[in-house]
Formats: sequence, structure tokens, C-alpha cells
Amino acid sequence: MRFRAKIVDLACLNHFSRVINTIAKLAKTCALRLTVSKLYFILSDKVANGGVSMWCELCQGNFFDEFQMEGVAAEHNEIYLELVPENLSRALKTAQNAKAVKIKLTNKHCPCLRVAVELPSLSSSSRMVTHDIPVGVIPRRLWNDFREPSVPDFDVSIYLPVLKTMKSVLERMKNLSNSIVIEANSSGEMNLKIETDLVSVTTHFKDLGNPPWASEDGCQSSAQSRDLESMAEARIDIKKLLQLLAGQQVNPTKALCNIVSKRIVHFILLHEDVSLQYFIPALA
Amino acid sequence: MPLSARPPGSGEPYVLSASLDNARHLSSLLRAVHFQDHATCFATANGLKVTVEDAKCIQANAFIQAEIFQEFAVQEESVTFRINLSVLLDCLTIFGTSALPGTPTALRMCYRGYSYPLMLFLEEGGVVTVCKINTQEPDELLDFDFCSTNVVNKVILQSEGLREAFAELDMTSEVLQITMSPDKPYFRLSTFGNAGSAHLDYPRDSDLMEAFHCNQTQTNRYKISLLKPSTKALALSCKVSIRTDAQGFLSLQYMIRNEDGQICFVEYYCCPDEDITEAEL
Repeated sequence: MRFRAKIVDLACLNHFSRVINTIAKLAKTCALRLTVSKLYFILSDKVANGGVSMWCELCQGNFFDEFQMEGVAAEHNEIYLELVPENLSRALKTAQNAKAVKIKLTNKHCPCLRVAVELPSLSSSSRMVTHDIPVGVIPRRLWNDFREPSVPDFDVSIYLPVLKTMKSVLERMKNLSNSIVIEANSSGEMNLKIETDLVSVTTHFKDLGNPPWASEDGCQSSAQSRDLESMAEARIDIKKLLQLLAGQQVNPTKALCNIVSKRIVHFILLHEDVSLQYFIPALA
Repeated sequence: MPLSARPPGSGEPYVLSASLDNARHLSSLLRAVHFQDHATCFATANGLKVTVEDAKCIQANAFIQAEIFQEFAVQEESVTFRINLSVLLDCLTIFGTSALPGTPTALRMCYRGYSYPLMLFLEEGGVVTVCKINTQEPDELLDFDFCSTNVVNKVILQSEGLREAFAELDMTSEVLQITMSPDKPYFRLSTFGNAGSAHLDYPRDSDLMEAFHCNQTQTNRYKISLLKPSTKALALSCKVSIRTDAQGFLSLQYMIRNEDGQICFVEYYCCPDEDITEAEL
């Protein structure tokens, strides 16, 4: 097992840092899967996470100037590591003006990701700041826990409203209730609703647009044959939704959600080089 | 329990209905009196008064006169209800609290009467939020019986002069002592905290002193924890009038100019902590 990578371009470095910051806001620990062409940050839907799961995918070529990966075995040319993304985020904070950042998998006393930041200095030799981030190596027999989730057979798929507005509304609603009902239809309408003994609040969004999903052998036909006006809804934990939106440091190019009535809400946030999927299960 | 349905007067179902182009004109004033969860709303044709009380010693009132609203209609002589002010504020600021001048939140408020919830319709940028807040039986409110004929001492100060003082009040002191006198020190704020006592004097000829009418030397103490929330009103205001009556009751009246330059008032009334009315310098 070998992994070493290097980022020299400052824009790529900042972009990568932002991605890690977002992941750090969404998961205390997660799996990092390395393949020849991609990096994945994965949170599988354990009870400990409250049933939330996450799948974040990056093309290494868009971030790294050098990338060498040798997996656990020839037929399984991948590495799965368990790490605390906040540690990586903090290490990268020191790299804001770096000349280069090297990341290497080491095993001196225990497995670590060594992040070596080369900082500019007035003297001829650069300053080096090195962070050793402890990681756990996830054995091959557990790799099945981290498979890519399939797009659920949703009832409604809809683009999200302007995230800033959604965030403001959710921030206030969070003070009033623990859970929120998110409902949407195929006519581009979405409502966020809370209801308690004291108060009920509903925010209505219109003209959001519904993404066109290509129907593969009619598997999405349930969505197409559905009456355009009828709402699919799910009650979810407000804090988890807010966590997802609050972690977005940059506005995504595309943001949408798929609702499986009363079961799960599947959020997809696409940036230029990163795709993030987040699943929030419905509350009982 | 709802009363038997009252026949709506002149076919209008709402005893109170109001529209406001910029909800901040209401929310910022309400925040200035938000030191308890519950408030009593009192509406007449003149406008809206929102009262918050604590410990039977302090009362704050926010006045939003009818002219501030684009529409304000009250079908009965007066409409009163008790409401959770924290919830009301969360609803009024549902689209956020950052002051973006270009995108104010529009508000429509409707109330059908006793036992009905207060309905709010808020709109910003095409997004509409509908809120239904349950109301309760109004509490009996304190009557400080503070009328201008009882006033012994009065000063009007520019708020900027007091803001820093109030923000930095020594909270380890149990009381805020206010001395007003026709003689030195004229107007003095004192605290007695763990580190020692602090006195802040405002001379009568100070630039900050807009009016000075002190007839008698009075020193009164007020529980500092009760007065501290008034700092919020002070922060919004341009001027404050400070008056005491013969019993040492304190009236603070804050003149607040909103984003459109309209003037509203917030007042705080507070009972004195001890009876110290003799000259004490």
C-alpha cells in the first residue's frame, strides 16, 4: 500500500481545502477511499450517524499535480482509510499560502497521513510544517460497507432554492422545532414546514424547476407518471439539513434533492470538480 | 377554549389587520424589549404597543404607531393578547436578520380575535412564509402611574454618550445608582462591584445633554440585572429621556429612528431597589 500526492497550484490547494472543510462539517469520522483516478469521502448510514450517509467524489486530476497510489493488492487497487476530516482541515489551514503541499501515507508507529506543507520564507530554504494525521486502515473485508449508494426510486426530484434563503429560514425554524417536513412536487414547488404546539411555519418556494432524469428502462417512471401537483414529503431532523447547507462554503453549480415520501431525502450538490451526495432518512 | 363565535363586525373577519413593507420596522423595535419570552400586544387605532415585564419591577413598552404601517386596521376599540415574543421574533426574521437595503421583507399580520392564533405572512424575493402563532389570555400589566406631573427630575441625553457606559456597566454590581441633582454632580451613574465603585458623571453643560430639568437632588438604586436589557433599546436610539418621580420610579424613554427615518419610541419603567431619596453625594 502506497500513497503520495502533491499539490503545487494555489487555486487547487484552496479548492481542496474548501472541500475538506465542508466534509469536516458533515462528519466527525469518515472513510477516505483512494483509487487511481478518484478520491471519495464516505459516511455510511450507521445508527451512530443518525442514519445519515454521505458520498463525496473528487477527480484527483483536478486537484493534484502528482498522484501515486498503489492499493492493497493488484486486483483491488484501492486504499480505504478511516480518518477525522477535521484533522485534515486543520492541517490544510496552515497551507493557505503554501508553495506546495505533499500528502503521504506513512506507517512509522501507526498509520498516518503525513501532510507536509512547504511555506515561503525570506531565507533561501523554505519552511516546512508537517502534520501527522492518524488514520485507520480499513480492511478489505469491510469495503462492502462503503459502496456507492444508488439513487433511490424517488417520488419527486426538484432543484433546491437559493441556498442562502434556505439557510436563513432553516436557522429560524431550528429555534422553533426539532424536525421539519420537506415537501415538493413535480411543478417546481417546495414547502418547508414546521408545526409545534406553539407555532406553525410554512415557507413556500416556487418555480424551482425539476431536473430531467433520463428514464432507464422505466425505472423512474413512477416519478413521471405521478400527478405533477401532488406532493412528496418527508419529515427530517432540521439540524442535519442545516449541517449540510451550512457546510457549503461555495455555492454549488447544481443543487437538487430527491424525495422518497416518508422514507428518505437524497441531496445532490454539484460543484465543478466535486460531487456531494447526502442522504437524510425520514423520522419515524 | 374558544368563546362562542363573535359575529365579525362589518363583514371583516380580522379584528386586527396590518401591512408593513419592511418587517424590520417592527422586528428591530421588538428586539429592544425582548428580555422575556412572553409579551402582551395591545392594538388600538393609534397603533401597536408591545409590553414585556419581569419580576413585577420592570416594564418595557415598544410603540409602533399606525403611521409606520402601510395599512393598520383595528375593528374593536382595542385588541389585546399575550404571545411568545421569542417565537414572534423568529417568525418576523425568518428570512434572516442581515440588513440588506435592497430586499426588505414585506409583512402582513392578521388576528381574528380571542383564542385565534396570530397569522403572519412574510414575503421576500418571491418566497412566502406563513406563520400561525398561538395566543394566550393577556396578563394583567403593571401600572407605574408615571405621569409628567409627578416627574421630579428629567434629563435628555444623546444616546451615543450613554451607549459605551451601559455596554460596560460593571455587572458584578447588584445595583445601578442614578443621581440627579440641580447641583454637582448633576447626573451620575454609579456601580459598586467586586473591583470597587465606579462613577460616571455627565455635567449639565455637556454637549451630550440636550435638556436638563433637575429640581431636587435624588439618588436611587435599581437592580442592574433588570436594567441591563435596556441597553438594546439604547443601542437603537438617538436620544433618551431619563425621568424619576417622587417615589424614585425610573422612566427611560428612547427615541428610535428607523431605516426610513420614521420615529418610534421604546420606554422602560423600573422600580427603585431601596428608598434613598435624601441628598447622598
